[in-house]
Amino acid sequence: MAHRWKNTLTRADATPLAAYMNRRQIMAGAMGLGLIGAAGMARSQEAELEPNSWEDITQYNNFYEFGTGKSDPARNAHTLTTEPWTVAIDGLVDNPGDYSMGQIMEAMTIEERIYRFRCVEAWSMVIPWNGFELADLLNLAGVQEGAKYVAFETALRPDEMPGVRFPVLDWPYVEGLRLDEAMHPLTMMATGIYGKPIPNQNGAPIRLVVPWKYGFKSIKSIVRITVTEDEPPTSWNKANGREYGFYSNVNPEVDHPRWSQASERMVGGGLFAKRQPTLMFNGYEEDVASLYDGMDLRANF
Amino acid sequence: MLVDRINQAARKVPTWAVYIVYLIPVPVLLYMAQTGGLGREPINALERELGEIALQLVIIGLCISPLRRFIGVNLIKFRRTIGVLAFTYVVLHLLVWAVLDVQSIDRVVADIIKRPYITIGMAAFILMLPLALTSNNTSVKWLGAVWRRLHLLTYPVAILSGVHFVWLSKGFQLEPLVYLTVILALLALRVPTLVRKVAT
Ligand code: HEM
Repeated sequence: MAHRWKNTLTRADATPLAAYMNRRQIMAGAMGLGLIGAAGMARSQEAELEPNSWEDITQYNNFYEFGTGKSDPARNAHTLTTEPWTVAIDGLVDNPGDYSMGQIMEAMTIEERIYRFRCVEAWSMVIPWNGFELADLLNLAGVQEGAKYVAFETALRPDEMPGVRFPVLDWPYVEGLRLDEAMHPLTMMATGIYGKPIPNQNGAPIRLVVPWKYGFKSIKSIVRITVTEDEPPTSWNKANGREYGFYSNVNPEVDHPRWSQASERMVGGGLFAKRQPTLMFNGYEEDVASLYDGMDLRANF
Repeated sequence: MLVDRINQAARKVPTWAVYIVYLIPVPVLLYMAQTGGLGREPINALERELGEIALQLVIIGLCISPLRRFIGVNLIKFRRTIGVLAFTYVVLHLLVWAVLDVQSIDRVVADIIKRPYITIGMAAFILMLPLALTSNNTSVKWLGAVWRRLHLLTYPVAILSGVHFVWLSKGFQLEPLVYLTVILALLALRVPTLVRKVAT
């Protein structure tokens, strides 16, 4: 369902106080009626979120299919053909098949979500995504009984992707989520940024966004979504299982062997940008902590 | 002969000219970092640029004696210059890391202890210290044979630097492996003479 989660304040935040209060009350009412699945979605913290510039977001990327340097994707990704594009949805679904971008966009309601984005390398951004909830797409396909996980796959096109000539990773890039994570209202499929079509280097034409996990979980340029019973393999876990777990939730208390995760630096702050503390679940603790009740987050990193 | 011509030209180039040319990247990189030339996140970019130049200088330094031994090109008079420049870039690399990147003494200490690639980089830096401190004519005279033996430290420094780069790279990347291979090859060239020296 679209609009299940809202930033309490948005980018064009000239909302007068009265209107703001009003919205809070409407939301509270909606929650009371059970229209909003997960409780406590409105959080005042969002008030501080100031999105990064278009240049920050589109010129500082990790997309190893187009090179390992941070500016390689912006330089090289123009070669990716994004039209036509189909996403194969298969596995434990009622309506498997190839879904064209046209079909998907027609069926979905696009909304804006301003999310924090935290890379495992300890840098971060705030990004105004446009897209829809993954849950809506999965419901369109019809998730079957017994499904427990969702697997994703990025396009693999050696002719268009200079980075895949060398086995930096075991191509194609693959990722996965537990079904409840995939169905969570925060989890979205992004097709735009700042109201514009999503640039190739950011994962055109369609990518995953899971704001409480490290950025590499938010797989780009998706060509296949498979609903499965077993935990699917994920690229970084295959490359180095000791360093990258299946869950990879943002957690300032569990360090990556090579980077401390306690703090982060916002991209775009120049040569003297200060570090800031990293928030548990990247600031989405209220929304998602319950997904992991009783789990040892140190063992399941 | 090309070799003779290179040797003649090298004799005319003063070492200070090499210092000046090789220090030009410092202000250029700082300027680029401030004006967007190093991308949207200049701290890590600057750290990496300085590290890469340091590593290249270490490798250039290792080339000098094989160049003379195997080809007859004599650039020995620049060896100390190259070494001092390498050390300078490592110091700048270290400063950018500690001051601009990590930003606190606690985190500097924690990283040196906890992150193996940092520990290795730091080990390389510490091994470079005695070399840098004795890179002057007085030390060379005073230390004599000890000075020569001391400078065998360049070999572990080179290996540690190469391993540092391989270790900090994510996934399976070509560039750091090429650097490490070149270092190991340059050291392999020295094995026969080292073995002979030890034997006698
Ligand atoms: C003093 C201790 C040292 C520390 C704390 C240190 C720290 C670092 C850090 C934090 C990075 C960036 C890692 C990243 O982006 O994830 C880096 C990269 C690098 N460092 Fe060091 N380093 C040290 C010594 C050295 C030495 C002695 C050399 C070589 C002479 C060196 C060569 C490099 C190279 C080549 C890179 C990668 C450059 C690139 O990606 O192009 N470092 N170092």
